[in-house]
Amino acid sequence: MLSRMTNKNNVEKQFEILRTLVAIAIALSIAFIIILLISDNPINALASFVIGPLTTTRRLGNIVEALIPLLFTGTAVSLIFSANQTNLAVEGAFFIGGVGASFMATQLNLPPGIHLVVALIVAGIIGALACGIPAILYIKFDARPVVSSLMVNYVCLYLGLAVINHVIRDPAAGFLASFKFNKTAVLPKIIKGTNVHFGIFLGIIIVILGYLYLYKYKKGYEIRMVGKNVDFAKYSGINVNSVLMSAQLLGGFIAGMGGAVEVLGMYNRFQYQKLTGHGFDGILVGIIAKNNPKLVPLTALFLAYIRVGADVMSRVSDIPIELVSIIQAIIIMFVVAERFLYKLKHKKIVSLSRNEINEKEEIVNG
Amino acid sequence: MDNLLKAIFSAEFVYSIIRVTTPLLFAGLAALIANKGGVLHIAYEGIMVTAAFCGVVGSAYSQSLLVGLLSGLAGGLLISFLLGYFSLILRADRTLTGIALNTFASGGTVFMLYVLTNDKGLSTSLNSLTFPIVNIPIIKNIPILGTALSGHNVLTYVSFICVFLVFVVLYKTPFGLRIRTVGENEDAASSVGVKVIRVKFITLLISGAIASLGGVYMSMGYLSWFARDMIAGRGFMGIAAQNLGGEPLSTMIAALFFGLANALSNVLQTLNIPAEFVQVIPYVATLIGLAAYSGSMKRNKINKKS
Repeated sequence: MLSRMTNKNNVEKQFEILRTLVAIAIALSIAFIIILLISDNPINALASFVIGPLTTTRRLGNIVEALIPLLFTGTAVSLIFSANQTNLAVEGAFFIGGVGASFMATQLNLPPGIHLVVALIVAGIIGALACGIPAILYIKFDARPVVSSLMVNYVCLYLGLAVINHVIRDPAAGFLASFKFNKTAVLPKIIKGTNVHFGIFLGIIIVILGYLYLYKYKKGYEIRMVGKNVDFAKYSGINVNSVLMSAQLLGGFIAGMGGAVEVLGMYNRFQYQKLTGHGFDGILVGIIAKNNPKLVPLTALFLAYIRVGADVMSRVSDIPIELVSIIQAIIIMFVVAERFLYKLKHKKIVSLSRNEINEKEEIVNG
Repeated sequence: MDNLLKAIFSAEFVYSIIRVTTPLLFAGLAALIANKGGVLHIAYEGIMVTAAFCGVVGSAYSQSLLVGLLSGLAGGLLISFLLGYFSLILRADRTLTGIALNTFASGGTVFMLYVLTNDKGLSTSLNSLTFPIVNIPIIKNIPILGTALSGHNVLTYVSFICVFLVFVVLYKTPFGLRIRTVGENEDAASSVGVKVIRVKFITLLISGAIASLGGVYMSMGYLSWFARDMIAGRGFMGIAAQNLGGEPLSTMIAALFFGLANALSNVLQTLNIPAEFVQVIPYVATLIGLAAYSGSMKRNKINKKS
């Protein structure tokens, strides 16, 4: 009985993996076809897309730089989506977290290290507030988080820009940007010749903590149970509202901190003028990782790689970097399509069950 | 302050409210009909941006307004079709598919714009057409009313006519009844022989066509060119308007309210009030509206139970 259950679970799992791989293969094939159709020099474009990122230290560094923020937003999305809350405010939390950290980094004078920690924590708290608003609206007023969180993203954008523009804007910068960050608050670079910074370690720590929390602690188990079956969770005595709240506050905290790590690690002033898209990228990472932080580094690395590949390609050929959006969209759609490859899976399960019945009959007859 | 009052209490201000409301109203009605059919989604942003782009390209290459309109509709319907195929046939999560399609449309339009014009921002190098302005015969001669209500883009009038049309389709036709039945209880609908998936699919396409008109208006009426990500959250605001309104007429009122906030932010910006605080008004208003509306629904439910 037990072995049959695990067998079926195995088939399910295998097909999840297969479906993800097929989705990626379809998306990349479509991308290649587009390149072949549009480019004047498709071989060159393809080569720069596929192996371009590996050719220089600088580009290898670019991959890691692109990876770092995705570790944060990917883990944040895993936490929130595990509770089955479609709260998209991770995007706004990332942005406003970066603003909060910039404020701290330009306005405070603290010893090195402590300054950075303060900036990260403040950014995290602001991010938690951003993701908390849709959570409260849902818990108190029953407003679906999808719409409210999209609105929160725009609120974060404009309030953040207001702070940059009217509080910490550096008129000498020549463009809309904050004052330069104090040296005590920035994340040190760790590899010469690249912009890879200390944030990579923080990101890895966050991924590990996120995994332990979701899969090894009671609280995380409660989050996943609420996500799978709210009624069952309620009847088992779980305080659903508090679980929903804590999942989203934690996710927001991590996303806000991610925004801080990104601006303090990569730049010397805050210079975004619009939402950065890191939150929505985090959603892609979370979806492919099946909301399991353990898989976040791998999927984030994949996304970072095709980003850098497309960037290299857009510089040496006539294919614009927006190709990445198309690839991303196709992957998400096939990964979340439950019925995609369903027949194949169905057949496999049927044949497995048949074998089991036959075996049983042999035992009975024999 | 005096300037502000003068700017607000004028026929021109009412005119600008109606002008900025148009895309929100199209999006709101599209969301409304989808919600009634139980297929509310968040891909309006993508549908509208695709329609805006295809409309510009179609009209520029054919120099025909009709071809522009049809290609805009075709673009929007393509996104709706993909949404329908993936969410209804392949059972993908509708919200996540919506996010994917928005990403797809935002990137895809810029990609194609670059391929066609070597420009990633604007379509100004394409000689695209715009829909004509319509002057209403008698009203245009009435002093204040004429300035406010006459001389709008033809699609603006279409959007307000759509309020009536959506009402008729939903409440006065057999197909509207089917849409609402499927939306309210699809098991009951399927038990009496309604083909649920087909009705849902058609609802999605109708809703997509209405949203496409909003997209086409943006690039061929509101502005006379396509700009990257030019929808800028209007599709989302349409969903919010639908959420506040719930019925065609009240959705229109909600859309007008958002239009008012938008128009106000345009006026205040010219008066040196920090733009960000004004730009944020519509979104905050939506959040408050969502809380108030959903909250009142929740209270009603509780009252009914007790």
